[in-house]
Amino acid sequence: MAQLSYREAVSRGIAQEMARDERVMLIGEDIGGAGGVFKTTAGLFEQFGRTRVVDTPISEQAILGAAMGAAMTGLRPIAEIMFSDFFAVCWDIVVNEIAKMRYMTNGQVKMPLVIKSGNGGSLRMGAQHSQSIENWAMAVPGLKVVTPSTPLDVVGLMAAAVRSDDPVLFFEHKGLYASKGEVPDGEIVDELGKAAIRRPGKDATVLALGLMVGRALGAAEELAREGIDVEVIDVRSLVPLDTQTLLTSISRTGRLFTVEENPRLLGWGAEIASIAADECFWDLDMPIRRITTPHIPLPSADSLEDAVLPSVDRIVQDVRKGVSL
Amino acid sequence: MTLHGHVPPEPDLVQLLTPEGVRVDHPDFPLEITDDEIKSLYRDLALVRRFDGEATALQRQGELGLWASCLGQEAAQVGAGRALRSQDMAFPTYREHGVAWCRDVDPVTLLGMFRGVSLGGWNPNENNFNLYTIVLGAQTLHAVGYAMGVARDGAVGTGEPERDTAVLTFFGDGASSQGDVNEAFIWAAAANLPVVFYCQNNQWAISEPVERQSRVPLFQRASGFGFPGIRIDGNDVLACLAVSRVALDEARSGQGPTLIEAFTYRMGAHTTSDDPTRYRLSEELETWKHRDPIERVRAYLIREAGVAQEFFDGIEAESEELAIRIRQACRALEDPSPLSVFDQVYVEITDELAEQRSDYADYLASFEGAGR
Repeated sequence: MAQLSYREAVSRGIAQEMARDERVMLIGEDIGGAGGVFKTTAGLFEQFGRTRVVDTPISEQAILGAAMGAAMTGLRPIAEIMFSDFFAVCWDIVVNEIAKMRYMTNGQVKMPLVIKSGNGGSLRMGAQHSQSIENWAMAVPGLKVVTPSTPLDVVGLMAAAVRSDDPVLFFEHKGLYASKGEVPDGEIVDELGKAAIRRPGKDATVLALGLMVGRALGAAEELAREGIDVEVIDVRSLVPLDTQTLLTSISRTGRLFTVEENPRLLGWGAEIASIAADECFWDLDMPIRRITTPHIPLPSADSLEDAVLPSVDRIVQDVRKGVSL
Repeated sequence: MTLHGHVPPEPDLVQLLTPEGVRVDHPDFPLEITDDEIKSLYRDLALVRRFDGEATALQRQGELGLWASCLGQEAAQVGAGRALRSQDMAFPTYREHGVAWCRDVDPVTLLGMFRGVSLGGWNPNENNFNLYTIVLGAQTLHAVGYAMGVARDGAVGTGEPERDTAVLTFFGDGASSQGDVNEAFIWAAAANLPVVFYCQNNQWAISEPVERQSRVPLFQRASGFGFPGIRIDGNDVLACLAVSRVALDEARSGQGPTLIEAFTYRMGAHTTSDDPTRYRLSEELETWKHRDPIERVRAYLIREAGVAQEFFDGIEAESEELAIRIRQACRALEDPSPLSVFDQVYVEITDELAEQRSDYADYLASFEGAGR
């Protein structure tokens, strides 16, 4: 058992899969000698060499186009898009090519490809380097979408993503890279499409993703002191979505709150709210509440970014108000 | 005969002032310039370097979130910046502090962006200097679109010096691999637009050497797109000025685009978040220090122009004043008010967003002591 940082867990997970399967390779910008701009690929170049850890030209379209071609030949590439905001410059390859290849070849071509990317805010990186874009990805049929919130999940979900024959968008949260957690020795393989109950509770269900999981847990601690017992669920996987775990909890507590970092309109929580309204409307004791970043580009000033991302205080206030209805 | 047997020679670069500070002539790019004008360029270079160094220090002191230093690239930027006429438009990356200086954008305005109190915030049309573009290469296409507008306005090839307009866009060796840049080349060539593509090849795209981007010298790419390309000594402010002037003149007169590769060196880190000692050798930096863009101008002014020490003392004093002003002004930059994040998302705020704003105002008001 070792204490690993989230960023170390990324390279641990990739190394585990590269050592197991020589078809797994890593391509991206600055991932080699530099070890990644977020140091999530540190040591891989030294361990696996330049034929399997490939620094590319500065061209996101080329990275994903080539990764797709490599996947078609039977390789299992892990491609890095440095900041998830940069998906916007190569979205055609993701949406029109990678996501549709299996479908348009009637299942004759597999796309065992992982695209890993630094996602999310809290690091003062401004409007073009802080976005949470998991909801863009969720809107495209053919993609799987995961966001781990702990080092252990990083390793296990990376392994599951690499072993999937569908393309997986693997969103690492930039604000979690320095966070630490226990990771057991030996091989770790998780499962795509499973949520995790991080804190059981009976009064309300709070769903969170990535950086927001820790904030939801912090809020639950405060609320517990007031006698409000909150269940916090880490959604982890948006596609596939673990509706069974989510709906069971919502039906039991009768109250649903989502904590979303994405801008409000069409955030992932809106889809879950819609599913909950369909499936367990009669079990709900109050309207569903979404706690989100407003529908704005993220500011970079410390005080402004702190103010607009859902905070522990904000979650406490909204849940307290909701539960008292 | 084999197709791959031919090895082209290393290309020359245009140089008008050697690293030792000796003026040399180039047959194609004569430069009429007085010693007073060279003194003025020296002042630009020295003040830009001081400003840039001050910004790096401010980041280290926690006053800025990030800084992308232009250390070593001052000549490439000042040479190009001083070749612009006021009606010309410049599209920078995020590192063109020297060009911003030449366009009279206050350094403190730039710091506001790196301090995070704004996301840019200056008016591109006020100084004909667009916002810093952080997404690599995107600005080259913006420049092409702007040049289309210039052409449609008939502001090309009229022969009127105040009217004819060129567009100068900056990018780096890394961004030369972006699709945007290559698409910009195609369009500018096909439509014969008045754009000068100015690539500062500073040898490193964060950790990746230029060999990772290209097998041929970058300026040679232009020929495949059908317009001229040229490599210049990017640490020679006179060469940068002379060749930029010619390229901008040709653009204004309707002869179409040019690619200039200013061969230079990023003497510092990619940004203050980067540590280049992890991936490049210190010998390389030492070699480039001998080609410093400012020292050669100083050497010329002392040895060939007989400029006295008082001039340099005066510049030093001016640098010091600038640094003090920047430090004080930077620390005085205040965070905007929390509710301002809802401004300017749309021309008129939507009902939905207005509701979010109102919720948020209530939340702020719920804090103890709010509204005092």
